[in-house]
Amino acid sequence: MNDTTPVLSIRDLTLALPEGADRDYAVEDVSYDVARGEIMCVVGESGSGKSMAANAVMGLLPKGVSASGGEVLFDGQDLLTLDEKQHRQLRGLRIGMIFQEPMTALNPLMRVGAQIAEVFEAHGKYNARERQERALALLDEVGIPQPERAIRAYPFQLSGGQRQRVMIAMALALEPELLIADEPTTALDVTTQAQILELIRNLQRRHGMAVMFITHDFGVVAEIATRVCVMRHGRIVELGTAGEVLDNPQHAYTRALLDAIPSNVVPQSRDAERPAPLLEVKHLHKVFRSRGGLFKPAREVRALDDISFTLAPGETVGIVGESGSGKSTLGRCVVRLEHPDSGSVMLSGIDYSSLKGDTLRRERHRVQMIFQDPYASLNPRHRVGYAIAQGPIANGVPRAQAMRRAEELLELVGLGAVAVDRFPHEFSGGQRQRIGIARALALDPELIVADEAVSALDVSIQAQVLELLDELKRKLSLSLLFITHDLRVAAQICDTIIVMQQGRIVEEGTAQEVFLNPREPYTRQLLDAIPGRAHEPAMA
Amino acid sequence: MSFFARFAQNRGALVGLLILIAIIGMAILAPFLYPESPWRMVQRPFLAPMEAEGFWLGTDTMGRDVAAGLMHGAWVSLLIGLVSTTVALLIGVPLGAVAGYYGGLVDDGLMRFTEFFQTIPNFALAIVLVAIMQPSVVSIVLAIAIVSWPPVARLVRAEFMSLRHREYVEAARLVGQTNGTIILRQILPNTLSPIIVLASLMVATAILLESALSFLGLGDPNVMSWGYMIGAARTVIRQAWWLSFFPGVAILLTVLALNLVGEGLDDALNPKLVRERS
Amino acid sequence: MLYARLIVMRLLKAVVVLFLIVIFNFVLIQLAPGDPASILAGEAGATDEEFLRQLRERFGLDQPLYVQLWHYVSGIATLDFGWSYRQGMPVLDLILARLPATLLLTGTAFVLSLVLGIVAGSMAAARVKKPSGSLIMALALIFYATPLFWVALMAVVLFSVYLDWLPAYGMYTVGAGHTGLALMLDVAKHLVLPATTLALFFMAIYTRMTRASMLEASQQDYVKTARAKGLSPRVIQRRHILRNALLPIITLAGLQAGQMVGGAILTETVFAWPGIGRLMFEALQQRDYNLLLGIFFFSAALVIVFNIVTDLVYRLADPRIKEAS
Repeated sequence: MNDTTPVLSIRDLTLALPEGADRDYAVEDVSYDVARGEIMCVVGESGSGKSMAANAVMGLLPKGVSASGGEVLFDGQDLLTLDEKQHRQLRGLRIGMIFQEPMTALNPLMRVGAQIAEVFEAHGKYNARERQERALALLDEVGIPQPERAIRAYPFQLSGGQRQRVMIAMALALEPELLIADEPTTALDVTTQAQILELIRNLQRRHGMAVMFITHDFGVVAEIATRVCVMRHGRIVELGTAGEVLDNPQHAYTRALLDAIPSNVVPQSRDAERPAPLLEVKHLHKVFRSRGGLFKPAREVRALDDISFTLAPGETVGIVGESGSGKSTLGRCVVRLEHPDSGSVMLSGIDYSSLKGDTLRRERHRVQMIFQDPYASLNPRHRVGYAIAQGPIANGVPRAQAMRRAEELLELVGLGAVAVDRFPHEFSGGQRQRIGIARALALDPELIVADEAVSALDVSIQAQVLELLDELKRKLSLSLLFITHDLRVAAQICDTIIVMQQGRIVEEGTAQEVFLNPREPYTRQLLDAIPGRAHEPAMA
Repeated sequence: MSFFARFAQNRGALVGLLILIAIIGMAILAPFLYPESPWRMVQRPFLAPMEAEGFWLGTDTMGRDVAAGLMHGAWVSLLIGLVSTTVALLIGVPLGAVAGYYGGLVDDGLMRFTEFFQTIPNFALAIVLVAIMQPSVVSIVLAIAIVSWPPVARLVRAEFMSLRHREYVEAARLVGQTNGTIILRQILPNTLSPIIVLASLMVATAILLESALSFLGLGDPNVMSWGYMIGAARTVIRQAWWLSFFPGVAILLTVLALNLVGEGLDDALNPKLVRERS
Repeated sequence: MLYARLIVMRLLKAVVVLFLIVIFNFVLIQLAPGDPASILAGEAGATDEEFLRQLRERFGLDQPLYVQLWHYVSGIATLDFGWSYRQGMPVLDLILARLPATLLLTGTAFVLSLVLGIVAGSMAAARVKKPSGSLIMALALIFYATPLFWVALMAVVLFSVYLDWLPAYGMYTVGAGHTGLALMLDVAKHLVLPATTLALFFMAIYTRMTRASMLEASQQDYVKTARAKGLSPRVIQRRHILRNALLPIITLAGLQAGQMVGGAILTETVFAWPGIGRLMFEALQQRDYNLLLGIFFFSAALVIVFNIVTDLVYRLADPRIKEAS
């Protein structure tokens, strides 16, 4: 089914970054083709320059970035030589594009139908009535429920997945020969992601177009790629068919990336005898009020609906769920950043959830947290040493002693004691997450809650931080409540896994049971939705 | 890039800084160049600029030296601008911080209070306050502070609200820091940049307000101010335009300079926002 | 239905605010040094025993404070703002007679400044790094920094004294006895200078705000989407950027209403425009504080009405609020 003449052919493309950037070129000497009927996955970590070539194709390069060499051939024409007006005639008509952020990619003040009709208008096709009819047909094709209602809806009335479907409808409106998808599923939940990937694959087959798919996720690559181009620091490190690259990677970097993906092999659970629980969560309830949308009326969200579980000393319990499952609310109730409506959190026999005011403040050292966003979790105005020592200082430890302890902890997490005098902005995301871990350890807490602690990190960094956590867990016999949306990550580090959906626990068991023999349909659905799972035995 | 290098990149800000330094110089030099009271009659009235030596800006309706009035007026304008802004910050920052940090009912109450002051027409309120308290430097400073603190409170509240759920603030709560420490050490330092920028613009607005009050005859009767000079010359505008012209230019330059400096500070303190400069 | 409920809610809130202003006025009179009656009478009226007696009676000065407050509040609730000794008329009548002139002036200046400000601001946003864009912003900054009363005086000197194009004082040509169309033209001619000087400052504000708002909107993801559709820059600017950028401007315009009243006081003073701003200046000069407080109350009421209107306009413009309410 592959027609071998490429629709798009990028030759020796070099894009210069503005002066003062951390490197000279966004991409350097990049060459690849995208042929009719194939999905070309351009994959790389953040900063690899994977999106830049796509921006050049669209004529939407960020300010300051300019082509300094090579050519981008589309239908025999070098796109780099086109002026803005000529480029505009291709955009939307012959080349369509979808972006990462469906929540912000639609104009909040225009009805969905009008935004789709604009594509026809931009290229002078059809009259007003036909445009609406076509918009309706497109909404139907991309699988939006009740398209005749959705066409009159404003974007805020649609969910993230529905908005991304609208984006796809707009990109496909004029049946372009080339579709560029820039991380189109990254901002979505895993089950929604699976549906959108399925949709793109189906539409691509039906319309036979060429797709350039940009992603950081090898799972997604395994799911839909025909061919793969791996990029790093603006250069191509490996280029080949999906089978070649995934099953027999030639370059060390590709192998490292593939190895960093949490595998399906789950470590043996320790069959320790269960001592008295350290943490005992009993019948937690929490309700939030929320504004409604088109397909869901305004309602109360039951973030926590009768949640009970226990965690033994030295145990790691994983809480897994999609966004909106209540998993983060659970973690925040345990550390007392949030108040449960009812129920209790018992910590070594005392009712931690009933503490108030100064008593609570003095007891807070017993439970600490590792946060999600390494860029928001450190105060930009405080040196790293103080960030770690502030806890002990607040709890009455003399400053000098607290700072010495901070140095030890920085050594422990692999950053070296010299880091104490530096500011957070001098560190990378992975290093900041290590600082966050050191801060959580500084008070020798009985329990640590890690809320999506590795989700914001690139996959290779993610693997290193997970390794560190695993090592610390064994060395210091930590008790850990590990909250994540990623079942595979949970399976790597947890002894017990609890799966949550809409505020309820749907399944609970050892990591092996849950991951290899899920009992509940929802857990199975979550597992099946993990991109690239089918391919994985070959990858591992 | 250093703070000053970023500030100097905005050429308008540099110009503003130079003008401001000149005006501060005027204020400082006034008692030395014109040691006599600016209220003293020194020549015949309605002397046009350059008409007589030593009175290069002419004299007013009562024969007072316009140049002396301008120099002494600089001191009054700057002083009232700075002090009233400081008082407004002392009201607005704590109110906004408490409302934004605690949220809930505290926030509701404090914001209703702030909204009330924002709804009342600013200048009319200042007029009523000064008129009834009797015009004096103190009543003018108080009136200006009372009408200018609400934007400070709103800004600080908005900053606190966005920062209080920042992860580093939650981490500070979790390690057991007190609310006072969190407000002062974790959040407040991160809100200083926008407060400084706003304050520089507030000094400018305060100077405009003071001049408008004096223009209406609500200035302190013991101090010479630019607004008073314009107001006193209003009825003779047809005969002696220069009496109103020079003090007006002085106000314009001072306010302009403060605005330019404010924009420069904004560039220098918030480098992350790559603002499109005009 | 929803709007009706909303308006009722806002009106209730307005009543509360006005009530608080009345209390504020009362407290102010009490805090000021001296006998409240003689303060209200001002210096001029202080010698007239009959007037002072009348004021004392109105406040019930020999009675406890809360009774005095009750007297004061219930008086204003029945639209009794007292008597202006100096003008020899009830305060309410004085204000109502002057109100139309102020509404005409501020209304004209408001529309003028908003339209010109949005046009100039969008032009400046479209010409960010060009000299023409910089020129617009430099002018806006200068107008923003210029004292309003001074611009007014200079306008009188230039357009009225030297060029003799436009009348400088009043609202009508005194003694001309114009009627009908001639009267309207006469008023329009008198309106040009006050309205333009008042509009300049606000135009500067809207210009700066529009430009900033449009530059911010142009960074949004939906603009990138619009470009990916192949829309022309003009359509993107108008339909996607400007429409989104206007929302904060509506809010700002509402907040500026109070400033507009302040500006009107100064402009009317200079141009002898017979509105409540000029009346306020006259009250100040005559130390007619009872009249002063009455005008203050009225100007606040005016601002509140205007705020309600902008609030409703905002709700019409933003579908997200319309659906949620």
